[in-house]
Amino acid sequence: MVDPVFVGLAVLTVGSAIIALETRELIYGAIGLAISMLGIAGFFLLLDAPFVAMFQIAVYVGAVAVLIIFTVMLVRTQALFSIKEDKGRKAGGIVLMLFIMVGAGVVLLASGLNSTDSFAAPAVDFVAIGEEMLTYYSPALIVLGLTLAGSIIAALALARREDVEQENDRVN
Amino acid sequence: MTELIDFLLVSIALVAVGIYGIVVKRNAIRMLISIEIIANAANLNLVAFSRYTGNVQGQVFALFSIAIAAAEVAIGLGLVVIAYRLYKEIDVAEFRSMRG
Repeated sequence: MVDPVFVGLAVLTVGSAIIALETRELIYGAIGLAISMLGIAGFFLLLDAPFVAMFQIAVYVGAVAVLIIFTVMLVRTQALFSIKEDKGRKAGGIVLMLFIMVGAGVVLLASGLNSTDSFAAPAVDFVAIGEEMLTYYSPALIVLGLTLAGSIIAALALARREDVEQENDRVN
Repeated sequence: MTELIDFLLVSIALVAVGIYGIVVKRNAIRMLISIEIIANAANLNLVAFSRYTGNVQGQVFALFSIAIAAAEVAIGLGLVVIAYRLYKEIDVAEFRSMRG
């Protein structure tokens, strides 16, 4: 018996991922990505991982999708509309996509993982996640924080415009 | 009742869609979107196996992976803005002069 919620989420996730790549306007692509990420968060809820689901919504829908939308707004629209993909490459990409889907799917179905009642183990409590993060994985957590801070500083440094700053200095 | 293999099949579909995007699209922002789709398929696998084996490490690793992906997108979009400023274009085929 197939769970209708699962099928709905699967169609939503994969469908909006395809829409994110194929829609003509890039801003709808960013919105499609956000909906796809929401679908993944729904899968996390189905897998009894509400903490990861909330983290996913906060980071992907709240930060990444909004960041992409802002970048799309910063870039001139004419550059966004120039679609320069040739038909042969697109056909090759579709063949590659189907090949990966069928190939990996056949390998997976033949792997013997298709057992019934595979989620019999007790669900992980999110208190355990916090304990693991602050004990065994605390060095990794600190390195992660430094990485995020470093990447934000690097993004700011990349986006700095020296010509505008020199212009301002000259005016002042 | 859904099983582990259902989640893995969805994950394979997402990876295939993401690889299609990277191979076909020449737009830098769309390539970043494809990378995010692939990263999310990996996270789905991590959490599904964490639920299957009943241990917590898969979820901890998924949290780390989500945070790293956010940092990666920030840097990637910064590079896109710089490239647009230099070339007035976000088509990766136009970035030829970056070759060493």
